[in-house]
Formats: sequence, structure tokens, C-alpha cells
Amino acid sequence: MAELLQSGKLMARELTEHYLDRSESLQGKFNAYITITRDRALKTADQVDELRRQGRELSTLAGIPMALKDNISTQGVATTCASKVLAGYIPPFDATAVKKLADSPLLGKANMDEFAMGSSSLTSAFGPVGNPWDRKRSPGGSSGGSAAVVAAGCAPFSLGSDTGGSIRQPAAFCGVTGFKPSFGRVSRKGLLPLASSLDQIGPIARSVEDCALVLQAICGHDPGDSTSARLPVPDFAAALREDVSDLAIGLPEEILDNCPDSRISAAVEAAARELEGAGAKISRVSMPYERETLAAYMLIATAEGASNLARYDGVAYGCRHTSPSWEEMYTGSRVFGEEVRRRLMLGTFSLSAGSGCSSYELGQRARQKISSHLAKLFAEVDLLLLPAAPFVAFRLDEELDPLTMYYNDIYAIPANLAGLPAMSVPCGEKGGLPVGMQMMAPRFREDLLLRAGYTWQRRTDWHLRCPREVEQ
Amino acid sequence: MKAEGVIGLEVHVQLLTKEKLFCTCPTDFGAGANTRVCPVCLGLPGSLPVLNPEAVTVALRAALALGCTVNNISRFDRKHYFYPDLPKGYQITQHQHPLAQGGRVDTPFGSVDLDRLHLEEDAGKLMHTGESTLIDFNRSGLPLVEIVTGPCLTSASQARAFLESLRQVLLYANISDCRMEEGSLRCDANISLRGGGRTEIKNLNSFKAVERSLEFEIARQSRMLAQGETVPVQTLRWDETQARTVPMRPKEMALDYRYLLEPDLLPLVIDAEIVDRAREDLPELPRPRAARFIKEYGLSPQNAAVLTLTREMADCFEQVVAAGAAPRPAANLLQGEVSRLINQGGKQSLPSPHSLAELLALQEQGSISVTAAKEVLAQMFASGQSADSILSRNSLSQLSDRHALENLAQAVIANNPNPVADYLGGKKQAFGYLMGLAMKESGGRANPGLLKEIMVQLLTKQPINK
Repeated sequence: MAELLQSGKLMARELTEHYLDRSESLQGKFNAYITITRDRALKTADQVDELRRQGRELSTLAGIPMALKDNISTQGVATTCASKVLAGYIPPFDATAVKKLADSPLLGKANMDEFAMGSSSLTSAFGPVGNPWDRKRSPGGSSGGSAAVVAAGCAPFSLGSDTGGSIRQPAAFCGVTGFKPSFGRVSRKGLLPLASSLDQIGPIARSVEDCALVLQAICGHDPGDSTSARLPVPDFAAALREDVSDLAIGLPEEILDNCPDSRISAAVEAAARELEGAGAKISRVSMPYERETLAAYMLIATAEGASNLARYDGVAYGCRHTSPSWEEMYTGSRVFGEEVRRRLMLGTFSLSAGSGCSSYELGQRARQKISSHLAKLFAEVDLLLLPAAPFVAFRLDEELDPLTMYYNDIYAIPANLAGLPAMSVPCGEKGGLPVGMQMMAPRFREDLLLRAGYTWQRRTDWHLRCPREVEQ
Repeated sequence: MKAEGVIGLEVHVQLLTKEKLFCTCPTDFGAGANTRVCPVCLGLPGSLPVLNPEAVTVALRAALALGCTVNNISRFDRKHYFYPDLPKGYQITQHQHPLAQGGRVDTPFGSVDLDRLHLEEDAGKLMHTGESTLIDFNRSGLPLVEIVTGPCLTSASQARAFLESLRQVLLYANISDCRMEEGSLRCDANISLRGGGRTEIKNLNSFKAVERSLEFEIARQSRMLAQGETVPVQTLRWDETQARTVPMRPKEMALDYRYLLEPDLLPLVIDAEIVDRAREDLPELPRPRAARFIKEYGLSPQNAAVLTLTREMADCFEQVVAAGAAPRPAANLLQGEVSRLINQGGKQSLPSPHSLAELLALQEQGSISVTAAKEVLAQMFASGQSADSILSRNSLSQLSDRHALENLAQAVIANNPNPVADYLGGKKQAFGYLMGLAMKESGGRANPGLLKEIMVQLLTKQPINK
């Protein structure tokens, strides 16, 4: 696609119009967008075409349209976090990642779980998102819209955010490739935060190769984000050219043995054999802390989430409850959805001083334990290979209790707790629904994921399959 | 007997920086409401704080000037509470790991121990306008240090003296402009009496308010304790017009700040090298400087203390001396006439040290009288001109020309035969009268010693009319 644009055989405007038309016509079916930004997209496309006509040197992604999760700030375009609380809020600045993709026409803002709190995209104030493989099923979450638009062919790529699997689990549910970079690799400036110490922006695309292109554009130090790493960005395209013959890959045995869906663990084991055939060395390793993982995550993510959402106090955002007293003004302005309210309560409790040590601090200790265990594992292996999620896409009308819902991210969370890069790629199917596998690498070794993922996708065609409902 | 309190102060000091603590908005006071704001200090979603290194430099200077121990690693925390002037729903402060600990402030009544000093951001400002309340976020995100004393003050006057000494050091080291009326120095006071609960008086914005509110609380609490009542733990504010403390919020509304390590900022690392460099940049502080003035210039302790009250005055003194003036006359001039004119004139600028030295030299040479020197100095303040040019324009220089003085004395003697006769007849007071007349005739410019000599000489030559 990039080549066609560069050679002038395809105009950015044509390409953008194609995706806009498709996005608009499928919106009624999947509800994958909150806002479609036709005017802004065409304006960018025309600018790119004009610059290209003048013979200017442009970035590889120039003219290739994108969708953004609606928690990534876009100047002049409503950014809602799928919440009524932010109704009417229009950011006065672009997120750093968006600035770095300024030549990509913005198709629209993708639907998501309210404030990224969820694994289903059911908690959106703008209604649930349908999975392109079966619209009666969830696309996963919280970046459900971002994954669905790519799966449905409405956008060549999108950006999501991943706090505890929010890029990888929906990528797995929708049969696309989702990449969560190391904490600090991509600037968080302009990302409406869920849990600041866990959040990371990353790409969702059809292939590992496409993800590498987007990563190349969005990674890098940003003086506007104190936690962004002062490290040079490697040449990710070069990483794609290397094979896996010198890589040691670990399979966490507790996870594979206890996976509630044996079809998923079997698909991952089969993928391991395939990579072994490509020259990788496969071994079994131990990651024995499922329980601690979820507990630590919930304590930290809800605490930081409650803190980050403290600004939506009903005074400056949303509709203010008019009442004579100060207390009533605060307590009366209730516009958060049920899941957000549940997590605000949990988070507030987690931070409460109580008897000396807050639950948040306990969570941080468990986090450190898990991180140092993972660091030890990576002294033995280069990559970990495991399922992206314990389930395939569930039905929208399935009433999952909150704990089962949180369990969706059980395999994804360790990477967030330890700040590691991780990627979800399609590796099989179950009953016509995609199955995703996850690769995890040491911090700032995105290149290893790209090598292994690209090797995998050159040997298989899972990532090329399209849902029948939306065949192009 | 007057009851002794246990008093501790929390002082908020706005640092002199060009930009705010976590964004690049300017810090100037008095700009139009909400014109010094950006996504960061408005707490817009997705904005991130970036620590201003200049604020760290100034805070570090404060820590060293107050003798604190600087922590190698300090951290930022979020302090949560809901108030409309707090746009993020939390304030970024340093709770568990402050920038610096310990330290002391020397005061006229002894040394006051400090507990800690930490960096934090200011909140916006609420403006109540009759029916509604408006918010100005210009102040939101201004860099503050909070300086906390130990519970070691015992009276209202001590609290005030401590604040004055603290202010002196902060001004000296160019840490803050310490303008209480503009809010760049604010104070909360904690006060309890033996056997009673502790109350906190919030947002005291003048030295007078600190002193009076503490006097009021000591009296109120000792009255309650004397009557066998319990003093409840309370947060109060000082009502200036009613001259009493008023409860702000009851105990059951006590806040849990739910402190959270700020995940958007890295720990602040200050290594020994940075501390050493900051220590070198620190100006000489008032106490050691006064001691040096006594030793180096032979000034009295009283003189030295007065001259080192402000850095400007002490600097000026040393520059006047460097320009050639003798230390003691320079000290007298500065703490006497110069101070008087500064206090009188308000915002007038100090004459240059060089011209002050010049004035002292003229006085020393005897070419100008003390009275005339005062006049010249006043004109130097008003016009900013040098002593020389004022003298030549206004003929204020002393008349030491023997011939001119002889003519003048001769005329006085000739025109006042009666007093002359009185003098010659033995009435010595008449001499003073004649001297006065001659001095007046000269417009106050006559060199008094020379004039006296000439008068005596001429009078003894007078024929005695019996």
C-alpha cells in the first residue's frame, strides 16, 4: 500500500475515501467508532497528495489512514473515553503519538470500554462494539473498537492502549496483530490515563510487518513525558529481516496446563513446534503466580485509576449538579457507568491508609516480585510464548461476573506489571473464532518480538484470514 | 501566669522562578485571570507534569540556606482531596520522601529547629463575587516549598519572630520575594496547650494575623482548659474583622489524602556534586555576615545587625567601604540618614555606593557640613545625581575661604555693636549669638571651626568702649 502511494499509482485521497466509505457503511453493524472524522481525514489526505506531487520526501506511512482509540487526544476532535463525563470535551492539543503520525489521515475515534476499564467494549456509554467475526460477540477490550476496525477492513491500522491486555486481548478476539511496546517506549502525553504506571500506546494492524512500520513512527523519547525512555529507537525493519534460529523460547507450563480452553493451549503448543521448525530452541519454564498477578494488577490499576479520574469531579467536566451545597454538588454529579464506579470504589479503598500499609503498597510489592521473577526467566530464554487470552470471543449477552471478566487479562498482565513489550498474533481458530497467541520479551527488546512474529506470519496464514461477514 | 503553647508552623513559600513547577507557564503576579494557564496547570486529561529544573535549583538553595540535609533521592506524591481550586483532584507534593530534612532558623530568641522542606505545586485561587464563585488558575502550579518547623515555638511573639527571621534568610538568598500580601509567603499554625487538643489555623497571610490568631487561640484554649472543658481537634481560620478564630471543618470531615506515589514523574535525584555547586552559589547569610562585619570592619554588634537586615543594605555598606569610605562613618550614614530616607520614601532607589562614598569624603575633608550633607543626601535620593554635581549646582559646599569669612565676620561685628559690647564686657553668651548671625549670613555654609577662630581674632582687636 505504501509502495503504491509512493509510486503515485494510488492517491491518498482515493485510499482514504475507500476506508471512510467502508467505515461509515459498517458503523451500523459493529458500532466500532464513536466519531468518524471524514473532513479531517480528507484534508490530511489532500495535503499528503499535494506534497507528494511536489516531490517532497514523505514518511512511509504518509497517506495511509488510521483510527485512534478514543482515549488518545486529538486537537479539535472530541475525545470521550467512551464516557458521558467527557461529553463536550475537545482537547486543545494532539497526543505526541498522534503528532508523530500527522501524515496519516484520521478516519475516526474508535469505541472502547469506558475509561478503558473493561475487557469487552461493553461498558462504553456509546453502546457495545460487535466482533467482525460474529457481531453478536464481543471484540474484547478495552481497545475493542481499534481491533474491530482493522479486522473489518475499515482501517489499515489503528492505535490502542494497553494497561492490562487492552491491545492484545481484543487483537486476539478479532484475529489481528496487536503490539504493546515496553513501558517508556511510546510517549503517554495526550493519552487519557487509566493507570499511569501500566499504560502504553501501541499499534493494531493486520500483520507484524505493519505493526513494525507504525512502531517506527511512534516510538522515541518525548521530553513532555518524564517516564518516556531516553533510548535510541532501533531499526525495526532490520529486525524483520532476521530469523529465529538463535532464539530460545520459553513456554510457561502452569499457564498452558491450566488454560481453561484446551484448544487455545493446543494452538500455542503447535505454534511453538512451528517456530522450533524455523530454528528456535523451545523449552518449558515456570510462571507460577496467576493469583498474585490479578490481585496486584487490580490493586494498582484501580488505585491509579481512581486517582487519575479524580479530576472528573462533576465540577469542571460532565454536567454539574446544581445544588446549594458544596457536598451535594460533588456527590450529586453521577455520570460514571457501573464498571467505572466499581473500580473507583476499589481504587479508593486500595489507597486508603487504614492500618498503616495500604493495599496499593501490597500490590506494588507483589508487582516487584513478579517483575524480578520475569527478569530471571529472561536470563534463560529470549522470549516467552503463551496464550493472549484464556477464552475466545464471548457472546455479548453472556452475563460474565466481574471476576471472570477480569480473568480475561490474566496472561497479558505480567507484561504490564514488569513494563515488558508483548504482542498478540493470530495462531488458530475455534468454531470460526480467532485464537491469539502472545509473545513477551525483555524490556526494550521489541525487535525480538518482531523477528519471531514475522517469522511466524511468513510460515502461516492465520493473519490473512478475513471474517466472512465483511469479506472485501 | 500566661499559658505556654506548643506551636509548630507550616510555611508555604513561592519560589522565584520564571516558569511554573510542572509546565512552562510564566509566574508573574497580577496578570489577567486565567491568562497564565496551559493543559498541564489546568489538569486537562492526558496532560503530564514535567519538573522545572529551575525550581529544583531554588528549592535546593532554600534547603542549604536553612541548613537542611538534602536527600539524595526524593519523590513526588499525589495528595487527593476535592476542592474546586484543585483541577486534577490531587496536588503534586512530596510526602514520604521530601527534598530535605532538618535544618534551623536563627532568631533573636534562639534557634528554631525545622522538620522538613519539600517541593509542591500551588492550587488555583477562588474569587467569591457575591452570588457566584469564580476560579483563577494563574496560581495553579506555581512552585512552592513547604517549610515545616518542629513543635518548638511557645508563644505568638516567638512565632512572629521566627517568620521574620525566616523571611530575612529567604530574601537574602533570593529564594522568594516573600510578599505575604501577594500570597508568596503563607503560613498555617498548629497550636495546642498541655492537656488539650491541637487546632490548626489555616491560611494566615500577614505577620500580624499569625501573632494575633495565636494569641487568641492560647487565650481561648487556656480558658477552656481552666473551665475543665476539652479542646477539640479542629481546623480553623482567622477572621480578621471579628478578630477571632472560626472553625472551617469539623473533625468528622477529617480527610484521608490517599497519598499515591506520582507515577507520571521520576524520582528526583540530587547527587553530592549538585549540592556542592549549589552551596558555592549560596550568598553569605545574615548571621555570618554580621559576625564578619564586626571582625573585619570593627563595627558594634548593634551596627552589624542593623546593616545586615537586608542584603541590599549590607551589600551597599561593603561597596561604600570599597569605594574608599571609612567603615564607621559609612555604617552611621547608612543606618541613620540613608535608612530614614528609605523608610520615608518607599520605593526610591538607593544612591550608588560610589556617590555615597564621595559624600562621606567631602564631609571628612570638611568641605561640607553635617547639615548640608543631609540636604545633599536627600537630593541624591530624589534626583539620583552625584554629590559633586548637586554641590556645584546648589552651592552647598562649606565656606572655608579665610578672606571671605573675615569680611563676613567684620560685617556682623560692625552691624551689631550692642552684642559686641556685651561680649567685651564679659557676657560670654553674646559670642554664641554673634556666631549664629554669622552662620546665618553664610547660608549655613561657613566652616564653623574657621569662623569661630576668625570671630575671636576680630573681637579681641575691637576697641573697648566703656
